[in-house]
Amino acid sequence: MHMPLEDKLGLNLLAANQHQAAHNREHFDAWKLLCLNVMSSPGSGKTSLLEQTLPHLSQDLSMAVLEGDMTTQLDAERLEAVGIPVVPITTGRACHLDAAMVAGGLRLLKQRLDPASLDLLWVENVGNLVCPAEFEVGEHLKVALLSVTEGDDKPLKYPVMFREADCVLITKIDLLPYLPIDVEKLELNIRQVNPRCSIFRLSASSGEGLGPWHQWLRQRLALNLQPDPLPKTFLSNAKVESYGRNKNTELLSSHALVSAREQDH
Amino acid sequence: MHEVDMTKCLFFSMEEWKAQYQPLVPIVDVLHLQVGDFTCVEPEALCFTWSAMVQDTWLAGSELLIESIPLLARCLGCGSSYSPLAEQAYQSPCCNHPMEQILSGRELKIRSVDYFLPTDNGDPSVASVARDSVLA
Repeated sequence: MHMPLEDKLGLNLLAANQHQAAHNREHFDAWKLLCLNVMSSPGSGKTSLLEQTLPHLSQDLSMAVLEGDMTTQLDAERLEAVGIPVVPITTGRACHLDAAMVAGGLRLLKQRLDPASLDLLWVENVGNLVCPAEFEVGEHLKVALLSVTEGDDKPLKYPVMFREADCVLITKIDLLPYLPIDVEKLELNIRQVNPRCSIFRLSASSGEGLGPWHQWLRQRLALNLQPDPLPKTFLSNAKVESYGRNKNTELLSSHALVSAREQDH
Repeated sequence: MHEVDMTKCLFFSMEEWKAQYQPLVPIVDVLHLQVGDFTCVEPEALCFTWSAMVQDTWLAGSELLIESIPLLARCLGCGSSYSPLAEQAYQSPCCNHPMEQILSGRELKIRSVDYFLPTDNGDPSVASVARDSVLA
C-alpha cells in the first residue's frame, strides 16, 4: 500500500543553486582568488566602472572577468579592449546569472589560463535590481551600483539588493549639478536597509571618488589573507595563504561565448 | 518574471531530494513553502509558473502551498521588534535605528513535502486513490 509521508526538509528553495554556488566558492578558495559579484540596474555604469578600475588595479594584480549579458557581447568587447581576460556569459531570457552559468564560464576560463594565477575574479551580473540579489554565484563579496540618475528612493524600492550588498557604489556623481536628487537622502535610504555596507560616491567619467573605492578593494584583498576568516557579512571563507606571488597572466586574445543554456545542468 | 527561474531552481532542488529514493520515484502531492516578505518572490507567480513547469514531469500534479512570512526586525537601540513599512521606511519607529537585525522575512524555504513512495511498481490507480484520500 501507499503510505502518505511527510519530509520535514527546511531546505532553501534555491538549494540547488546554493550547492553549485558553494562548489564555485570552494574552487575560488582553492585558487586563492577573491570573487566579486557586481550588480545594478541596467545602465548604472558597471562596465564603465570596470573600464576605469581594471587598468588601475592591473598594474599589480592579475584579474579576469565573467561578463553576464542577456543577448549581446558588447560589454565583453568593451572590457576586452582594456586587456583583461573576459569570458562572456549570455543568459538568453534569464535576467540574472546563476551559479551553474558561472561554473560554465569558469570551465571556459580554465581553458585559457590557470585560475590560480588570478588575484581577483569579477562577475559582472546582468543589469537587474531584483533577481541577482537572490541568486548567489559563489562570490565572496557583493558590490551594488546605484547611479544618481535613478533617484534616491531605489534602496527602499529594491531593498533586498541593497541589504545583501557588502559595498554600494553611488555612480555618475559628475551629473549631480544637473539633477534634483538629494544624495545625502540616498545614502540614508541605503543605510536604512543596510547599516553595515561600505558606501562610496564616484564617477567613472570624471574619475572622482575612484581612489577610495580602489583602496577598499585592496583592503578586502588583504583581509582575504587574514588567518581568521571574517564573518560572511564581510568576507566569507577567507583563506590563510601568502599573496605575495607575482601573478602575470597570459592575456586572452579572444573570448569565448558561453551559452547559458549549454552550461545549465 | 524571475519566478520562472526561481521555479526552475526549486525543481532542481526537488530533483536533488528525489535522488535519495532511487530507484523509486516519489509521488509528490504538496510542497509546503515558506516565503518571506523581504525576498524577491511573488507567491502567486511562483504557483502559476510551478503548475506550468511541472507538466509532463515526475512532479506533475503537485501543488505549492505557500506560507508568507512577514518582515520583522529588531531595533538594536531598545531591543523591541517592529514591522518595517515596506518600500517606505525600514528604520525602527521607536529609535530611528537602521534595520540591523532581521528576525523574519528572508525565508525561501521548502518546509516540508507531502508524498508517497510507490510500492506497487508505480500502479497509477493505487497512487491516485492514496492522493485522493489525503486531499479529502
